Amino acid sequence: MDLNFTGTDVCAINGTRSAPEAKYDLVVIGAGPSGIAAAIEGAASGASVLLVDENPVSGALMGNDTPLYFGGRMTAATQNSDRMLEAIFMSMPDLEKAMEAGVELLLGTTAWGVYRNGPGVQSLPEQVVGLADAERSWLVGFDRIVLATGARDLAIAFPGWNQPGVMGAAALQMLLSRYGAFSGRRIVVLGSHDLALETALMAQEHGLDVAGLVEVRDGPQGDAALLAKITAAGIATHYGQSIAASKGGLDGIESITLTDGTHIACDTVCVAIGLIPSIELVDAMHGPRALNAARGGYIPAGEPNVAAVGLCAGLPDTGFDHVAYRMDWVRAALRVNAPDTIICQCEEVTLADLIGIQPPNYLPRPAAIQARSLDTLLDDGPANPDQIKRLTRSGMGVCQGRRCRDQVAMMLAIESDKPFGTIPLATHRAPVRPLPLKILAEWDEPATMDAAWDVWFGIPTQWVPVEDIGTEYQDAHREMLYTGMYT
Amino acid sequence: MSGSEVVIVGGGVTGLSAGWWLARSGVKVTVLDKFIVGWEASGRNGGGASHYSSPLFDEEQRLWPQMDELLGYPTEHQKGRILIAMTERQWDQYRFIAERHTRLNHPVELLDVKQVQEAVPLAGDNCFGGVHYKFGGHANPQRTVQAYAWALQDLGGKIIQHSPVTGFETAGGKVTGVKTANATYGCDAVVVAAGPQIPQLMAQLGVDVPLAAARAEMIITEPAPMMPLGGVDGHKIYGRQTLRGNLAYGGGPHEWLDVDATGPAARPSTPLARNLAKRLAELLPKAAHLNVIRSWAGVIENSPDGRPIIDRLNSPDNVVVASMSSVGFGLSPASGHAIRDLVIDGACSFTNIDLLKLSRFDGLEKDWREKRGWMPIA
Ligand SMILES: Cc1cc2nc3c(=O)[nH]c(=O)nc-3n(C[C@H](O)[C@H](O)[C@H](O)COP(=O)(O)OP(=O)(O)OC[C@H]3O[C@@H](n4cnc5c(N)ncnc54)[C@H](O)[C@@H]3O)c2cc1C
Repeated sequence: MDLNFTGTDVCAINGTRSAPEAKYDLVVIGAGPSGIAAAIEGAASGASVLLVDENPVSGALMGNDTPLYFGGRMTAATQNSDRMLEAIFMSMPDLEKAMEAGVELLLGTTAWGVYRNGPGVQSLPEQVVGLADAERSWLVGFDRIVLATGARDLAIAFPGWNQPGVMGAAALQMLLSRYGAFSGRRIVVLGSHDLALETALMAQEHGLDVAGLVEVRDGPQGDAALLAKITAAGIATHYGQSIAASKGGLDGIESITLTDGTHIACDTVCVAIGLIPSIELVDAMHGPRALNAARGGYIPAGEPNVAAVGLCAGLPDTGFDHVAYRMDWVRAALRVNAPDTIICQCEEVTLADLIGIQPPNYLPRPAAIQARSLDTLLDDGPANPDQIKRLTRSGMGVCQGRRCRDQVAMMLAIESDKPFGTIPLATHRAPVRPLPLKILAEWDEPATMDAAWDVWFGIPTQWVPVEDIGTEYQDAHREMLYTGMYT
Repeated sequence: MSGSEVVIVGGGVTGLSAGWWLARSGVKVTVLDKFIVGWEASGRNGGGASHYSSPLFDEEQRLWPQMDELLGYPTEHQKGRILIAMTERQWDQYRFIAERHTRLNHPVELLDVKQVQEAVPLAGDNCFGGVHYKFGGHANPQRTVQAYAWALQDLGGKIIQHSPVTGFETAGGKVTGVKTANATYGCDAVVVAAGPQIPQLMAQLGVDVPLAAARAEMIITEPAPMMPLGGVDGHKIYGRQTLRGNLAYGGGPHEWLDVDATGPAARPSTPLARNLAKRLAELLPKAAHLNVIRSWAGVIENSPDGRPIIDRLNSPDNVVVASMSSVGFGLSPASGHAIRDLVIDGACSFTNIDLLKLSRFDGLEKDWREKRGWMPIA
């Protein structure tokens, strides 16, 4: 066969993709206060603006702790999307203002990926954001994008944390203040920094019984004024403690026992140790980011035409070292948790298997693999959460690591005796929210895509059975299987 | 060659398998990788292991069922594949392939729609039929990479990560050392199994290796109920159900890239995930409700005829070059064996691999990529 020929590769991606359905000067992702403000500002300057927010998400997604750590403590009201939608408008009057200002608003619409040309890809007709609602997905072009995706809950494992009733502060605040759809009654709050104090006070204002505040450090961490309110409200505080044990039933958590033996009955444990700026989209689009301990972890480093606002850009800097604080909690967790404590809930990876770098239970564990561990892996180089994910499956599940990636990174730092910042961030990948195949699918794809589609490269000589190479069958094979490569 | 030192450039499946085979023969091996083992294509592929188009096919098929035991670590290897035809045209094509396999004594069976649904419970009645390959199979790429790496270490081989090779030292027509930023590794022989970075490395030895790099993408769903057979292809996509139940699928148009000496700059996935999702939802309609939880891409190189290059050079004569031309995961147990043979004996002991010689490209024009459109988008 002559390898010197002139042609085009009809199976290459060039020119096959669909154009975005619509294009806006500005797309704002996240309709919290800062996202709304950015959208209104954009519209006021004459820009065409699209504002999207994934909320209200479906009950099924909430059940998977997406986007926040709901811990199964939402009432049946969250199954009614019309009511949820209404609740969002009620709780955020500025949404109406945005619409009046000419902003196009799409609620219940997830931004699951941002794509643009750059290193490793030049085939996109233009930069786009992938959107999806309950019916379908589509692409939208933009000149500028503002990420106002907020912050999500940090989860930290304790014995029995993998049951209903263990949830995050942002999720609790959303259920209480926005939807009025929290099903718990008696809560214990973990943490004593501002987030924990505010959450405890909000819970009490909503008529809940706040059974106590648990702080791993020896004294309170938050703002003195907030703390005074906690004291005034008569909320018990437990310093130098973490959860040593918990009991639960069918409906989830029923009580916890602290390391000093204190027993507290509760139906909810609210983990209010910290919020993580939601940078999934930035990371999935290979945007620059930086670790900033005072602002809650990794935050977008900023680039032209991509802005981050609100909590997504980082928590307010009060001089508090969030990373050091979280590391103290994880250190305590490593002391208290039994080896069989589940760390990755989706994939049921235990602490022992995570630190032992052991494969999941459905695989055999021959002697050689049992002799392997994080220690032996560290002989080959620094810990990398993506490599550990591949081997143990922690973070590989449907929650996409929302519940475990941050604590796993901290555990790896502690176990390998390295500062947190030296452990790479496990990658986020599109779709940054779980999306059903039938929703993600481009059902109306352009004919150019199908015309270029081959199972692999479409190189006619690549898959000819070896015995047939150089025989008449080679041509038959080519004729039958390759339609027009190298035309 | 016992007691001598072989340095392998590249800790993908090809380099690691070669290292493992060499270590099994008592050779001292050092594998150098620029980052972590399997970080490029070897840890990002579909895991398919059914390469009847390769002279290494018989060895691939012979070895896979034994690999877990030979390596001492699980690879998740599973035997067999089913191709499901979703259009009349595909049905014609798949039956054509089935007929070729039958003539070549590769065991296959045609399945009607009902049999497809029995064998593949996630399939629907929207298909035309299927072909059951009772050979071939699939394994977990990431686990397999690590299995090779650990097995090699268990035999005394060394793996040095985070160490990009920058060049070679030569003397007397041989490579005598392999250079990284921090060290030079003395060697009696070298294997260059650096994937898309092979051309840049080999150019330093004055050897032209015609390869073009491209990006290919995959998606994965949350776990589905386990099917009796996980290797389900068809509808022009390839993939597998993992032993956890996830459906991992790829296929479709590729994007040609330039890769410089430091390797792929990034491995971004694109909205092609939507076109993959469409085809997977059609192929396995009873899985259409399952969530896609990730997408990814990998960069692989292709030779002008799409077949691997596994060759020991005439000059320098202690260098083996190995590019698997985008079909290297499944073949890795066998490619490692062939490379071992070339390094130690100068010839492959178990099959004729002349088809894979570099010299087949001697008459290739310099601008072959431009001419046939295997070029990055400007
Ligand atoms: C999406 C996708 C799906 C695929 N599906 C399949 C499939 O189903 N079945 C199949 O058989 N194949 C498949 N392939 C192809 C297969 O993955 C590759 O052919 C195979 O992994 C090649 O292995 P390798 O070791 O030769 O190269 P690579 O995996 O590219 O490894 C090369 C290694 O060399 C290192 N390296 C490069 N340059 C240097 C340097 N200068 N110094 C030090 N180290 C260096 C790199 O870091 C890398 O680790 C697929 C590929 C992709 C991307």
